[in-house]
Amino acid sequence: MDTTALLQDKLVELELKANQARQLLIETLLEAGSGHSAGPLGMTDIFTAFYFYILKHDPKNPDWVDRDRLILSNGHICPIRYVSMAMAGYFPIEELKTLRKINSRLQGHPHRSALPGVETTSGPLGEGLSQGIGIALAAKLDKKNYQVYVLASDGEHQEGNTWEAAMFAGKHKLNNLTLVIDRNNIQIDGFTENVMPLEPLKEKYLSFGWEVLEVDGNNIEAFINTVKEARGIFEKPVCIIAHTIPGMGVSFMEKDFTWHGKPPNKEEAQKALTQLRTLQGRIQSEHQ
Amino acid sequence: MLNPDLKLNEKLFDEDVESLATRDGFGQALVELGEKNPNVVVLTADLSESTRTDGFEKKFPERFFEVGVAEQNMAAIAAGLGTSGKMAFISSYATFSPGKNWETIRTTIVYNQANVKVAGHHSGIMTGPDGATHQATEDIAITRVWPGIEVYVPCDAIEAKKATLESAKINGPAYLRFTRDKTPIITTKETPFNKNKVQTFWISENPQATIFACGYMLYFALLAAKNLESQGINVLVANVSTIKPADEESIVELSKKTGKVITVEDHQITGGLGGMIAEILAKKSPTPMEFIGLKDTFAESGNWKDLLKKYEMDEKAIEKAVENIINK
Repeated sequence: MDTTALLQDKLVELELKANQARQLLIETLLEAGSGHSAGPLGMTDIFTAFYFYILKHDPKNPDWVDRDRLILSNGHICPIRYVSMAMAGYFPIEELKTLRKINSRLQGHPHRSALPGVETTSGPLGEGLSQGIGIALAAKLDKKNYQVYVLASDGEHQEGNTWEAAMFAGKHKLNNLTLVIDRNNIQIDGFTENVMPLEPLKEKYLSFGWEVLEVDGNNIEAFINTVKEARGIFEKPVCIIAHTIPGMGVSFMEKDFTWHGKPPNKEEAQKALTQLRTLQGRIQSEHQ
Repeated sequence: MLNPDLKLNEKLFDEDVESLATRDGFGQALVELGEKNPNVVVLTADLSESTRTDGFEKKFPERFFEVGVAEQNMAAIAAGLGTSGKMAFISSYATFSPGKNWETIRTTIVYNQANVKVAGHHSGIMTGPDGATHQATEDIAITRVWPGIEVYVPCDAIEAKKATLESAKINGPAYLRFTRDKTPIITTKETPFNKNKVQTFWISENPQATIFACGYMLYFALLAAKNLESQGINVLVANVSTIKPADEESIVELSKKTGKVITVEDHQITGGLGGMIAEILAKKSPTPMEFIGLKDTFAESGNWKDLLKKYEMDEKAIEKAVENIINK
């Protein structure tokens, strides 16, 4: 990751990439006919920041031993990971059309053995932070300098396993581990604070021996700067609470938990794409 | 008689037969593996001494991880290590691991094909006084059902060591089943061990029934065979130390020799060794069977030898099952 300030041109490039990713995401979900919409849209800016700026990685050599590891704990938002990977060159964009279909490498929830680069098999919630810890421990044992980033949902903090992992990382002061929580406040059955309150989330992590940073997860520049700040903390693991808007970029999906677990139909997709293309034009004209 | 080709313990039926717990064989193997392979790591969930990982811990503290009472976390951390060039052994009581953390192991270790070996201790009603909460009697069933895992049930401490070393030869998941108390040493260092081979430990002329046994219960099967021989009843006793991969060829061949089969295990009779043998024979050579094991019930606290008697799993029960099946 470049540690100098983000150049305006780079930022515009990233914002346009995120916009393109959202369009591809809508098309991919429409083609798949099932899957999750709100989470992936909300996390598009963060995935864009990772794949096109933060990560030390090589799409043509996904098993490169010194690569940074990006672990997706809440596997159900994998469509945005697949879109980002395809855009980064891990596999052809055309292959996105196979999502959730027979004989595809793009399983409905990601599978490590099926697709190089997804790092872990995930979907059942609350297991990603622990796996990230194992990978971070391996890095320490091997004296490797790669960074382990774990992306987790807020809802999966209702799983006990998440807190078992939080305790362990605090005990071992794993400074090569960064957790990014997608704080979008929704889960399948409703708003997290109604289903099973998570707050005060920040204080919980602080009390488990972590450093906690908060950021607007839909602001690419702010997010990148927060990750930079996190990398400067060497005493303990860092948790970044990224406040995101579920369904971000598509007005009728934003902040509506009913879009957690369903894809758009044809008309809805068309409407979404029209909005996103308008946004694309706006980003381009604003920076011309 | 004991199969002379297998170089078994000649003093097996002596009163002062040497005894050791299978978990001790596991502990010895861990230290040996740690010395040979710098990538071997061990994790435990607050059960270091009783699952015999303390020897490894003392010798290789930097490669030993105490996760506390958190079996799901232990499994998934091991998965991360096992997909990053390490070979991780996780060790706890089988009711908790692979019991409590079953889905975590399924997803992050087995489906993920991580190089992790799950050591399940205190299996069977032999766990005794602790009661049924701590007696794992379903662990074979819930592990052998997974695609792509090896399942070992060693018969004594020596075989436990060999099975642990064998599991380390593959870059993938394995389940190793161990028991708490000292049990007779059946094999010797010279006894061959092959994960793909079911070996006949007791041979006889014109056998009338074939006994398949796993774990320490093999000793009681052999004891039953010896007692039956004195009554003029001849049987074969085979050691199924590897539930998966299953040596279907030998199992069918040994069953065909007598046409009567008895399975013996300290586990529920459904889904364990009995289930496994029944599945193979139903498909390839249907054979009348008797099942020795826990019969769809939880056991209770007590001295394990008393429990074996109460739940009709001791050598007398095995002898009775043989008599039943040959008189059918």
